[in-house]
Amino acid sequence: MKKPQDILTAPHEELEAIQLEGVKKTIINCYENVPFYHDLYDDAGFDPYAVESLADLANAPFTTKQDLRDNYPFKMFAVPNEDIREIHMSSGTTGIATVGGYTEHDLDIWGDCFARGVWYADGGPKDIMHVCYGYGLFTGGLGAHYGGVKAGCTTIPMSAGNTERQIRVMREMGSTILCCTPSYAMHLADTAIAMGIDPKKDFKLRAGIHGAEAFSDNFRRDLEKKLGYKVLDVYGLTETMGPGVAIECMEQNGLHLAEDHFYAEIIDPKTGEILPDGEWGELVITTVDREATPVVRYRTRDITRILPGECACGRTHRRIDRLHGRTDDMLIIRGVNVFPSQIEDVMKTFDQVSSWYQIELTRKGHLDVVTLNLEPNPDFDFDEVRAIEQLQRDIQARLKSALSVGIRVRIVEPRSIPRSEGKAVRVIDKRGDDQ
Amino acid sequence: MIEQVTVFLENEKGRLSALTRALANAGVNMQALTIAETSDYGLVRIVCDKPAQAVEALEAAGLRAIVTKVVAVVVPNRPGGLADLLETLDALGLNIEYGYCFSVADGEAIDVLKVTDVDAVSQALEKAGYRLANIN
Repeated sequence: MKKPQDILTAPHEELEAIQLEGVKKTIINCYENVPFYHDLYDDAGFDPYAVESLADLANAPFTTKQDLRDNYPFKMFAVPNEDIREIHMSSGTTGIATVGGYTEHDLDIWGDCFARGVWYADGGPKDIMHVCYGYGLFTGGLGAHYGGVKAGCTTIPMSAGNTERQIRVMREMGSTILCCTPSYAMHLADTAIAMGIDPKKDFKLRAGIHGAEAFSDNFRRDLEKKLGYKVLDVYGLTETMGPGVAIECMEQNGLHLAEDHFYAEIIDPKTGEILPDGEWGELVITTVDREATPVVRYRTRDITRILPGECACGRTHRRIDRLHGRTDDMLIIRGVNVFPSQIEDVMKTFDQVSSWYQIELTRKGHLDVVTLNLEPNPDFDFDEVRAIEQLQRDIQARLKSALSVGIRVRIVEPRSIPRSEGKAVRVIDKRGDDQ
Repeated sequence: MIEQVTVFLENEKGRLSALTRALANAGVNMQALTIAETSDYGLVRIVCDKPAQAVEALEAAGLRAIVTKVVAVVVPNRPGGLADLLETLDALGLNIEYGYCFSVADGEAIDVLKVTDVDAVSQALEKAGYRLANIN
């Protein structure tokens, strides 16, 4: 009998045929149903009906995050509202957010893509999947959830927060697969150990499917040692679907792209030229069979490379390497995307502080801590500690509601933030220092 | 009423000595200096003879300083001097934000008080028989 896993070992020519057929349909669908693409292709003189090979795709113009923002909320949708079953949104304030729409078919392939993580871990109906990614507009929670259900796991929709309860449930229900950000997994492990629990004995975890933020190999080893399981890296983005675009197998040697659903290219971010396998560049994705919000040559801003050669696991889907940073200034803080410009927008509403600032990223235990250093304006009366603390609290509260992530605000000595000659150093990432 | 100089200082090595050196070079003489410290920064509060020049010298040295108006009350330098003053304020329903004291010659001490309404508190204290210091 044919199983959904069969596609994972299909000959690569078969995958390429699926991709070509899908990409051709996607381009025509975009051109005919999304005004943005219609104008884009007409302006660029690109003929959407003339694509004969995957190589021809190189003639199509790119799609950027800004394009998606400009078409907020529904103008990138290629199907009528009646066919949309769900909406997700990348983190960010209104106007900056990008929206993903999902038809029933889209939700189905999403589940299928994330379920591969479970299959890679030799999992299935016998597993209990513990999902503590946040449920909501963030794609983490529901994406993992659909994957768990699709793979037949008993899926526990814990969502984020309430760490002690997470630990209790994990122990009492015998969760075997953990889905959350890597930093939260570490926090769970450390909290459990502090509660006198030995996660290796008291938990039944076999695998963790962790993503939405970068983590080092050392961090992974540490996590695996503490929780006694295997950590698989998962990649995805709201603009193309959510987590599941690529997931590591047990070889832990690159993330298998879901090539029957996504066509990936690696480009030189400066010239836009396609780079050969093995070279680092920006990942560009074209959806193969997405209905609601298809994208053609979407620039992810994520830096990775295609790993040449076949994976020892025997699966034929090509692998991308673990992410190597980004081409823009987006920060990923506890899984939430934050742009420095969003922080600036909040700062501008307080005339007690100057426009000089510096964002410091550190790790306390294993959780990201963000500190925003601000200088008071010359006319700010800083004579009372209380006034400074109140200002810090006010800015913190406004940042929290705008960004959905807690940021510590520190008023620092005026002129203490280094002024640079060229581009200001706005972000100091010290998160790697303790690893 | 007197003018106090308040300086915002990062909790960093050498900052306080830079501050005092800048004042020394400007020929400013201090009567009192206190520090309110937090884990991140300190607020240095100074009573001196030339507050305007002090601020100018500190700014020139790359420090942030402001002038703050405070009430300076002369009290007898004996046990209960401050207690009497605070009870008077209490009876008048006046709150203080912070305060500090220093002793000077002639058996007198000066209590510096930060209040919201400097003029109102000054008047109330004078009416209650207190003498206000006039240092700068």
